[in-house]
Amino acid sequence: MERSTTRAALLGWTVLVVLFLWTPLVIIAVYAFNSSNIQVWPIPGWTLHWFRVAWHDPDVRSSLWLSVKVGALATGISLALGTMAAFAIHRFRFFGRESISFLLLLPIALPGIITGMALNSFYVFAGISFSIWTIVIGHATFCIVVVYNNILARLRRTQTSLVEASMDLGADGWQTFRFVVWPVLSTALVAGGLLAFALSFDEVIVTTFTAGAQTTLPIFILDNLRQGQQLPIVNVVAFAVILLTIVPVAISQRLTRDTGVLRRGAATVTSAESVEITTV
Amino acid sequence: MAVDSLRAGSPLAGARRRLSSEFWRRPWLKAGLLLAPPLAAFVFVYLAALVSLFVSSFWSVDAFTGKLIHHWTLGNFHDLLYSNGTYLRIAGRTIEIAAAVTITDAVLAFPLAYFMARLAGRRARALLFVLVLLPLWSSYLVRIYAWQTILAHDGALNWGLNRIGLPDANLAYTNWAMWIVFSYVWLPFMIIPVFAAVERIPDSFIEASGDLGARGWRTFRSVVLPLALPGVVAGSIFTPLLVGGKSSSFIGNVVEDFIGINGNVPFSAAFATVPVIVMAIYLLIARKLGAFEAL
Repeated sequence: MERSTTRAALLGWTVLVVLFLWTPLVIIAVYAFNSSNIQVWPIPGWTLHWFRVAWHDPDVRSSLWLSVKVGALATGISLALGTMAAFAIHRFRFFGRESISFLLLLPIALPGIITGMALNSFYVFAGISFSIWTIVIGHATFCIVVVYNNILARLRRTQTSLVEASMDLGADGWQTFRFVVWPVLSTALVAGGLLAFALSFDEVIVTTFTAGAQTTLPIFILDNLRQGQQLPIVNVVAFAVILLTIVPVAISQRLTRDTGVLRRGAATVTSAESVEITTV
Repeated sequence: MAVDSLRAGSPLAGARRRLSSEFWRRPWLKAGLLLAPPLAAFVFVYLAALVSLFVSSFWSVDAFTGKLIHHWTLGNFHDLLYSNGTYLRIAGRTIEIAAAVTITDAVLAFPLAYFMARLAGRRARALLFVLVLLPLWSSYLVRIYAWQTILAHDGALNWGLNRIGLPDANLAYTNWAMWIVFSYVWLPFMIIPVFAAVERIPDSFIEASGDLGARGWRTFRSVVLPLALPGVVAGSIFTPLLVGGKSSSFIGNVVEDFIGINGNVPFSAAFATVPVIVMAIYLLIARKLGAFEAL
């Protein structure tokens, strides 16, 4: 249909846009191996020195540990709450059903700074002092949606006749869940959990408002960037953050290839914000 | 019957079975138990927080003690509108850059989405998907930092320009930099909905247009573009409103400054309602244009 010149132009444009998307990530990766401690392009030489320095840096270690803890806790909470909500929304029809799914999507539909400010003023009003839990709550509010959408997409693709057959064969609710629902659901849960972790691990906007004086890995990057300090270490940390978020996302993408949570499937299954799921 | 008597052997199994049938008989009980925890968490934390933010935008801060004054006032909104137009200008600038970014992303995304949806083979399409989505998921902060290094004086951009004999471009910390960086950050949000919309145009429409004598450009303008437009609008929903800059002021960093430096939550809250209102109006228009069906 399209003429060959049009095709070639479209292909060329596509390649350029993909290069535009990837060049900055590649450049950060290259800077992590920069042998000089001055940021010059192209880098004068290659070294692994900064990886060692970053690994032994006490600030990097403590903020990495905090990020991992927050990510794990937020993922755990969102897996539990998101799955419950997905089951309820999938199985039952009731008044206010639409508004509940809208409510769950709100934290990612609104800009992060609003969620952050709101939680911040809420903590101040309620007299809650900043702790790891204030960060976890902040992260869980927007991680729940990812799990919820993943599970809901999977449930919608699972035939209810399977569950009915299991009950007809005399299984009770627990057995049905364990032997029929769980095997179908498990990869979606893992995928949702990985995405939630990736979201939490590199979140910075909500975290600045809910962390108080605590430092997660992205906050560590932000603080050092603001002061222009320790840039070689920042490069290594930034590279690590890219890897630590891209790898779980890639795995979860493979796990959900059938439901295609990262694909168009998700966009058509749920409403507006499911595209946002591929997000943030 | 036989099954029942078999199961009756273990008390645990019996209890489980009674529980299951109880849930089966009263579905609302199960629904309630499933919904209560997530709903409670959302209502008591998230919604409560949003409401407290909204309410606080009508309060004020004592200039000397920095304490909150719980007294209803429209002062914050009055300051926003009438303090020699500074905040209105900032809001205007934010909206301007959001519009510029949206248009740029639409132009960048459309050919790629079209290629992905209609020309690429199965494998190429899957690969493109991953290539578009992975940058989207990688850290927002890191991507902005990457651009900071690229646009810096000794960065990759100037190196590239010098290589082809052009002088340095001092873009760092300018509005041009903001425009590039935000176009970059939000581009995948545009590509995906546009792709979804283009993919849904039936081949037969385009063939019919050709049969009726339309050339490529005419087909694009009269068939593809109108059908893909909701997708473009849908993509533009996600382009930024709250952008934070370095040197020049946008809503995002003014809000952050007021909280961080002045501790003035009420004023920040009032200012933050501006993008929410703009966004709400925009979403209503987008719904009219059928953007939500395109998602």
